Amino acid sequence: MISRRRLIGGIGASAGGLLLSGCDRLNESPDFRETLRFGERLSYRAQRLIMDREALAREYRLDQRSPVFRPNGTRMPVGDAYATHTANKFADWRLRIDGLVARPASFSMAQIRAMPHRSQITRHDCVEGWSAIGKWTGVPLKLLLDHAGVRDRARFAVFHCADDYGPMRYYESIDLIDAYHPQTILAWALNDQLLPVPNGAPLRLRVERMLGYKHAKYVERVELVESLDRVGFGKGGYWEDTNDYEWYAGI
Amino acid sequence: MTERNDGKMDQPVPISVRPLVYRHRLITRLWHWINAITVFVMLMSGLMIFNAHPRLYWGQYGANFDTPWLMIGATEDRGFLQIGGIDLTTTGVLGRWTDGQGQTEYRAFPGWATIPSTYSLSAGRRWHLAFAWVLAVGVLLYWLASFLNRHVQKDLFPRRAELSPRHIWHDIKDHARLRFPTGEAALRYNILQKLAYLGVLFVLLPLIVLTGLTMSPALNAAWPWLLDLFGGRQSARSIHFIAATLIAMFIVVHLLMVVLAGPYNEIRSMITGRYRLPKERKA
Repeated sequence: MISRRRLIGGIGASAGGLLLSGCDRLNESPDFRETLRFGERLSYRAQRLIMDREALAREYRLDQRSPVFRPNGTRMPVGDAYATHTANKFADWRLRIDGLVARPASFSMAQIRAMPHRSQITRHDCVEGWSAIGKWTGVPLKLLLDHAGVRDRARFAVFHCADDYGPMRYYESIDLIDAYHPQTILAWALNDQLLPVPNGAPLRLRVERMLGYKHAKYVERVELVESLDRVGFGKGGYWEDTNDYEWYAGI
Repeated sequence: MTERNDGKMDQPVPISVRPLVYRHRLITRLWHWINAITVFVMLMSGLMIFNAHPRLYWGQYGANFDTPWLMIGATEDRGFLQIGGIDLTTTGVLGRWTDGQGQTEYRAFPGWATIPSTYSLSAGRRWHLAFAWVLAVGVLLYWLASFLNRHVQKDLFPRRAELSPRHIWHDIKDHARLRFPTGEAALRYNILQKLAYLGVLFVLLPLIVLTGLTMSPALNAAWPWLLDLFGGRQSARSIHFIAATLIAMFIVVHLLMVVLAGPYNEIRSMITGRYRLPKERKA
């Protein structure tokens, strides 16, 4: 005869085992992973609902900056093209704006640095959990978008990057609420120095209400699109496509 | 056995005579079992997320060049846990351990403690941030229901006399001797139980939800007071981890108490709501 105590202990132990292997099996099912995305969708809607479109990320004092700002991801894009750009200090780097815009445009770094700029001391939050605070200076993306004339059909801004990250070039996308946000800038300086190569020289996105992987580095093209389906593998970003990270990175 | 008519009972009361009384409301039972799953998923997927950066800091920022107050890591020959100035060797469990295939792994928490069992930050986040909704909405609804049905006021809030140091000390001694209440007294929560449940329901759960929200950069913009409340995003991350540890400790004690108090009766009461009164102890 099995005693009650042993029965319950046995049930407990096998429930534990089942839970563990069950979670792994569930996790391997694309359908289940898709079902769990209700969390991302709910977070996106809820945050957009309660948050003022223009609500600003916290800006810090100079003395609150991280002593060393940790670079992450690509620290040195490979290839001759980028090496040539670093050699001549990005004098020939162009930023293109195209896609669903009335007036596709292309800017040199000299033109971009001569535009009105915004400086902000903000916190960079990596999806891994760490944070670093630094001072960023760059041109508000809104200025470039207004210059190019975004068409009504456009819903996302896609950032195409110069760093090759294995299966594809790095890219990221954000919705137009974040694209027009006053703190969303294409930064060309970090802590009052021209942007260093490990941090995305010559131009990187700062989208301050999002996790780090949204902040595309080495940006050479901003494309306005109606849908993300035909960009990359269709999920809206390098990490979303290759590692199943969430497209909405506000949480 | 002969019938005795003198009213004295020296035989133990047969189990069928001791009454089965209604003890747990449906809403309590429902929330309990939803949480039994949700909290385990949250703890284990949370450890996966922690593994992506197994260091904790105080303040607004914190990354590899800064000084953590807690760190799990490995050297060539051992796994370690460092808290403040203390360094503990944790080879086999934390920092350096062997997986099911006999492979040496250098992640902070071992595969048996994480969801999924092999490293995937994106999968851990997806589980965590989906079940977070179940946890947070569940807590809110349970608060609401339990104030409305007066569970909190009648069963959980301590009465004044129960808060006297003497009463609390008495209860601690009873727990230490594993003397659990019997008869009618077993229907009421004792003071340590009340404080533990109130602590989880009104301190740890809201704390873990709010510190979780404080880690969201978008919510930092929407509700900047969260950053001031917890002293920065990295402090919030640390408090989140400490609160999770306390919840895990509550679960260990909770399960231990269930086993010691009679698991069959206790688990039945959390499923059907009905609880068999434990027999009176002889004076």
